[in-house]
Amino acid sequence: MTTVDARGLRCPAPVIRLARAAADAPPGTELTVLATDPAAVHDVPAWARMRGHEMVGATEQDGVHALTVRTHA
Amino acid sequence: MAGVQGYGARVSSQPDLEPEASAGPGPVTHATARRVVLDAGGRAPLLPQARTAFLEALDQGWADPRRLHAEGRRARMLLDGAREAIAAAVGARTEEVDLAPSHTAALHATVRSVVRGRRRTGTQVVVGAVERAAVLNAADFAGDRVTVGVDRDGRVDPREYADAVRRPGVALAALQHANGEVGTLQPVDDAHVAARAAGVPLLVDAGASLGHVDVGGSWDVLAADAGDWGGPGGLGVLVTRSGVRRSPDWPEDEDRWFPGGVSVPTALAAAVALQAAGSTRSVDDAARRRLVDLVRSRVAADVPDVEVVGHPVDRLPHVVTFSCLYVEGESLLAALDARGFAVGSGSACTSSALEPSHVLAAMGALTHGNVRLALPRGTQEQDVERFLAELPGIVAGVREAWGVGGL
Repeated sequence: MTTVDARGLRCPAPVIRLARAAADAPPGTELTVLATDPAAVHDVPAWARMRGHEMVGATEQDGVHALTVRTHA
Repeated sequence: MAGVQGYGARVSSQPDLEPEASAGPGPVTHATARRVVLDAGGRAPLLPQARTAFLEALDQGWADPRRLHAEGRRARMLLDGAREAIAAAVGARTEEVDLAPSHTAALHATVRSVVRGRRRTGTQVVVGAVERAAVLNAADFAGDRVTVGVDRDGRVDPREYADAVRRPGVALAALQHANGEVGTLQPVDDAHVAARAAGVPLLVDAGASLGHVDVGGSWDVLAADAGDWGGPGGLGVLVTRSGVRRSPDWPEDEDRWFPGGVSVPTALAAAVALQAAGSTRSVDDAARRRLVDLVRSRVAADVPDVEVVGHPVDRLPHVVTFSCLYVEGESLLAALDARGFAVGSGSACTSSALEPSHVLAAMGALTHGNVRLALPRGTQEQDVERFLAELPGIVAGVREAWGVGGL
C-alpha cells in the first residue's frame, strides 16, 4: 500500500497528488492520501467515481483525513 | 396592490424622469460593455422599473412610517402598498406578509420563532441537506436539526422526508423550493402533504425561485429574497399563513417580527421589481432555459473531465453549475473575471470559509473547480456563446499551470 502525503495542501492539490500516484501504480493498487483540507473528503470519492477507481475507506484522526482507493483494473 | 400600481404608473407618466433613468454612466448590469455578468443568484442587476421606483420613493417615502404626520403616513402607505403587491404575487393576504432587512434575517427569524412557538410539541427541525446555510444554522441554533439527504441531482427523497416529518417532536419542517446553487427543484408538494398530515408547519425557502418560476401554494411559511428577483439587495420577505404558531425569542418592538422595520424605498422597489419580473416571467423562462440547456450540453462536450451537476429538467430556468477536475476554483474565477466574465463558485478556495459548498458535498459532486452561473434576465445569447467559446481554453490554461495534463 502506498501513502501520499498531502497534509497542509488545499484542494485540488490532494486529488492531483493522488492522481499522479494512481497514474504510476499497477491496477488494483491501494493508495491512501493523507489530507487536512476538508474538501478532500468529498473530492477524493468524486474523483474515484469519475476515474473508475474504488473507494475503500475513509478515516479521520486529529484533523487528518486518510482516504483510501483501489485503482481500477 | 393599488398603491404600487398607481405609484408605478405615476412615475412612468412623468416623461422628465425617463432620461434620468437612462442617462449618465448608469448602473452596472449584464449589458454593460465588456462585462458579462452570469452571477445573478441572490443579487441580480436591479430591474430598471425598480430603480425608478426606488429613486422616487427616496423623495416620497423617506419618513418614518411609524409617525402619524402626513409624511409618515405617506411612507406607511407606500410600505403597505409594497406588502400588498408582494402578497398578491404569492397568493397571500397582506397581513400575512412581513418584510425583513435580509433574506437571511427572514429565515433566522422564522425558524427561531416557530420553534419557540411550538416548543410544547418538540424541538426538532427537519431540513433537506442542501438548504441554505441560514436555515441549517438557525435549526442548529434554535432546535435539534434532523437532516434528510439528497440524491446525485440534489433532490431530497420525498418518502424519507415524509418519514422524518411524521416522527414525534417535530416543531418545523423546512424544504427549499429550488436549490440556488445547482437549480434542482425540490418535491415541496409531497413535503407539504406529509407536513400537513403530521400537523407540522412547512417553511419553503423560495429565495432562488420567486420571480423566476411559479412557487405554488405548498407552504405554510414562505421566504424570499428581493435581491434575487431583480429588486434591491437588503430586503427579505416572509409570508406566514394564519394558524402557524410563532413566538419571538427577541425583545419587544413595534415591528414585532423584524425589529426596527425596513427601508421604505427598498420595499417599494422590491415590490415593483416583483411585478415587473412576473409580467415577463414566461418569456424570461423560455429564453434562459434555452441558454442553460446550451451551457449544459456545450460544457459537457467541450471541456474534458467536467461534471455538470443539478437536475437537467426539473430545475430553475436560469441556474447551472459544473465542476472541472484538477482545477482550482479561485484561479478559474480570476481567469474568467480577467476575460470579462463574472461567475460564482461553490469551491472552498473561493469563499472565506475553509469548507466547500455543503450542497455539492451532499450531492457527492466534485467541489473543486466549480463554476456557478445564474443568468440575469435578458442575458444575451452572444454573451453566453462567447463564454462557451472561451471556457475550454481558460480551463486548459489553469490545468497547464498546475501541470495536470494526462492525469
